[in-house]
Amino acid sequence: MLPPAREVTNNRDLTMITKSIDISLEIWRQKDSKATGDFETYTLQNISTDMSFLEMLDVLNENLTREGRDPVAFDHDCREGICGMCGAVINGIAHGPEPETTLCQLHMRHFNSGDTLVIEPFRSRAFPIMKDLITDRSALDRVIQAGGYVSVNTGGTPDGNAIPIPSATAELAMDAASCIGCGACVASCPNGAAMLFSGAKISQLSLLPQGQPERKERAMAMVTVMDKEGFGNCTNERECEAVCPKGISIRNIAIMNKEYVKASLLG
Amino acid sequence: MELKSNVPEGPLADKWDNHRFSSKLVNPANRRKYKAIVVGTGLAGASASATLAEQGYEVSTFCIQDSPRRAHSIAAQGGINAAKNYQNDGDSIQRLFYDTIKGGDFRSREANVYRLAQVSNNIIDQCVAQGVPFAREYGGTLANRSFGGAQVSRTFYARGQTGQQLLLGAYSALSRQIKAGKVTMHTRQEMMELVLVDGTARGIVTRDIISGKLTSHSADVVILATGGYGNAYFLSTNAMASNVTAAWRAHRKGAGFANPCFVQIHPTCIPVHGSYQSKLTLMSESLRNDGRVWVPEKPGDTRKPASIPEDERDYYLENKYPSFGNLVPRDVASRNAKEQCDAGKGVGSTHLAVYLDFAEAIRRDGEATILKKYGNLFQMYEKITDSNPLHEPMMIYPAVHYTMGGLWVDYNLMTTIPGLFAIGECNFSDHGANRLGASALMQGLADGYFIIGTTIANYLGSTNMEAVDADHPQFQDAEKQVQNRIAKLLQSSEGGPEGKLTVDEIHKELGLLLWDHCGMARDKKGLEKALTELPAIQEKFWKHVYIPGTGEELNQSLERAGRLADFLEFAEIMIRDALAREESCGCHLREESQTEENEARRDDINYSHVAVWEYQGTKKEPILHKEELSFENVTPSQRSYK
Repeated sequence: MLPPAREVTNNRDLTMITKSIDISLEIWRQKDSKATGDFETYTLQNISTDMSFLEMLDVLNENLTREGRDPVAFDHDCREGICGMCGAVINGIAHGPEPETTLCQLHMRHFNSGDTLVIEPFRSRAFPIMKDLITDRSALDRVIQAGGYVSVNTGGTPDGNAIPIPSATAELAMDAASCIGCGACVASCPNGAAMLFSGAKISQLSLLPQGQPERKERAMAMVTVMDKEGFGNCTNERECEAVCPKGISIRNIAIMNKEYVKASLLG
Repeated sequence: MELKSNVPEGPLADKWDNHRFSSKLVNPANRRKYKAIVVGTGLAGASASATLAEQGYEVSTFCIQDSPRRAHSIAAQGGINAAKNYQNDGDSIQRLFYDTIKGGDFRSREANVYRLAQVSNNIIDQCVAQGVPFAREYGGTLANRSFGGAQVSRTFYARGQTGQQLLLGAYSALSRQIKAGKVTMHTRQEMMELVLVDGTARGIVTRDIISGKLTSHSADVVILATGGYGNAYFLSTNAMASNVTAAWRAHRKGAGFANPCFVQIHPTCIPVHGSYQSKLTLMSESLRNDGRVWVPEKPGDTRKPASIPEDERDYYLENKYPSFGNLVPRDVASRNAKEQCDAGKGVGSTHLAVYLDFAEAIRRDGEATILKKYGNLFQMYEKITDSNPLHEPMMIYPAVHYTMGGLWVDYNLMTTIPGLFAIGECNFSDHGANRLGASALMQGLADGYFIIGTTIANYLGSTNMEAVDADHPQFQDAEKQVQNRIAKLLQSSEGGPEGKLTVDEIHKELGLLLWDHCGMARDKKGLEKALTELPAIQEKFWKHVYIPGTGEELNQSLERAGRLADFLEFAEIMIRDALAREESCGCHLREESQTEENEARRDDINYSHVAVWEYQGTKKEPILHKEELSFENVTPSQRSYK
């Protein structure tokens, strides 16, 4: 038999051996999409440095709730850095100071006691603010709907090994495909461009044999919708690349430009 | 409640073919007259929405997130199984079928599992055609790896982001149908109620998360693809919004709930580190291909791992299970980790962790090779724990990860409510009492791409239905009920927060109750205690929860409260199910039913069945029904991984 069951511990009675810090927060509060927002200041004490940034916001929200105040609304879901749902600008940097890190994977050990953190939503013309830190990023979905796919129905596809793809090509396609659609690139671009986002999808499919038949139409359609949705253009600031949590390179923007030019000039 | 499995006649390998032939079809020109509602946009929901729309049906799809690209399928790391036998290592449909049914400890339906293995190969072809960048060999063919409990290499993968790539593939197919106008996509919507007309599922009521507005949507069939209920435990590897509400609302309306006690507790997760913790993070079990699991031999050894010499380490999985070693199925690995920690050999500050060590693999293959395989996982681990697995062993501990239980469905994936289908993790159908690694993605896509299209046509082609629209009195009633429920949720908040509890405080209490008594090991005494203590938590919730704000606005506390209210009701059938199943099988270890070697002892004479619960009303004991399982093609054996 198993040894007698010791009280199984979940999340209680854990000896905390880590450091904790005291911080100030200045957070953008906005009631809804029509309201005018403003910053509000909060202080938090004894924040464990092992906490994730979002867990720190959870603590703030629990405090606010207990005080009868409105908690800060923010988007989040997987908390593993892959769903792309979370995101805010921390002290001017989308997803905060750590490179290649989503907000949910940013930990408080990267801040010091006494720090003031200014927290704002992903602002951009194409991303209206819905409440506090929550924005509407559906414009990105519409860019994909314009042509970010291979037009293949379910069924009747050839064997997976029918078309060999060099390993290096598959890896390059994977680099581009790892975009999580969080919108940090848009929020950090002075022009509010979605070119890293769109370029990543266009590159992925232009690299793969499956993407060839619709290559031109895809580039034209996605760029057209990108413009229509109010996204700006690239002026090589490279802010997008610097904040991208998946390290997607602006080479993908160059590829997109090449695809677009080829499609528009050569038809 | 009648449980008719509708498994087709004929030899196992011909059943799906026979079924497709005998199923009714809907003429392509008529399909546009039928409307399907799909709730959820994970692998199952997105692939079903796209496929049904391609076939010509009018589809309305709903998701809780801001985009259909975010459902928690996206977080699956390891891979997807298929019986391609590309590696020429003896794999076949029969072997994938056998491994899956054995891995599930002989608690699933043969015919469903066989069909899953049959369509597995089509899934890979489909995803490649969509442009999913699977890992490739240098010659350009698809790469495979062996994964969690399989002795063949049948797992296809895209780095450690397979779920993401497959979901984005399904999302791209869905996006194409949205663009074509065949799918109407409703984002940031939560399903609050299922609507029945004349006993059949005819629609849903949703709440707009931004405005709080309730809306009725009518259809000819409703497909739930709303995932599992692991968040009942508060801490799990599930996404924060994953919940049981859609399935539970369907259950309350008459859908049987099968095997709710079957919860997979995954062995390789980052250990809990503080009471503020909001969720647990999984480290793909592909890590067990190269990582060696160990604890110090001596209980209470607090030396740093590097200072513990080889002969004072206990590689307990390798020692106990020489043929499978570190690759034993998840339930076995989890229980053994618990056993080591219970014996005082746990490591780290909480002593609730074991080591997963890559030192030997790095010596053997070099850092570059190991990083190529696991780089992104190492990076993720380091971000969370501030420790680099190249230099010191990872620390891992089991966490709630996946739920094999779910809405009961027949061979057509239809629940006990006509017209209501359940696909993906939301149903119970294929994994028995334990799911093998890389099988969830396979099942989600099998259901959505290759099964639901056939079975829905059969249902629509053989059912006479009157047109129903959202003005029907049943919808008005349902909306009224939802309104009342929201008002009831907010009632206790009227006097302000003084002396009240937050939603999360109560959820944590429920989570601990379930983890302590309905977690990795269960016994009669503990389960009965949990059943006695549950009503007090339920009462505490309804009387003392404080929810700021109103129902007519974006209110995340209210969203969480609604989900918790359903988890609190649902927890009862989880506990009752664990209590009623007085055997051990797969994930479900009843302390009273073990072999001499502390392995799960199944009782096929009394428990070779699916346990299906029927709702009887609040405060009324649910009724347990049984679907007997018959095994004509495999002989249930005691699982042995020695």
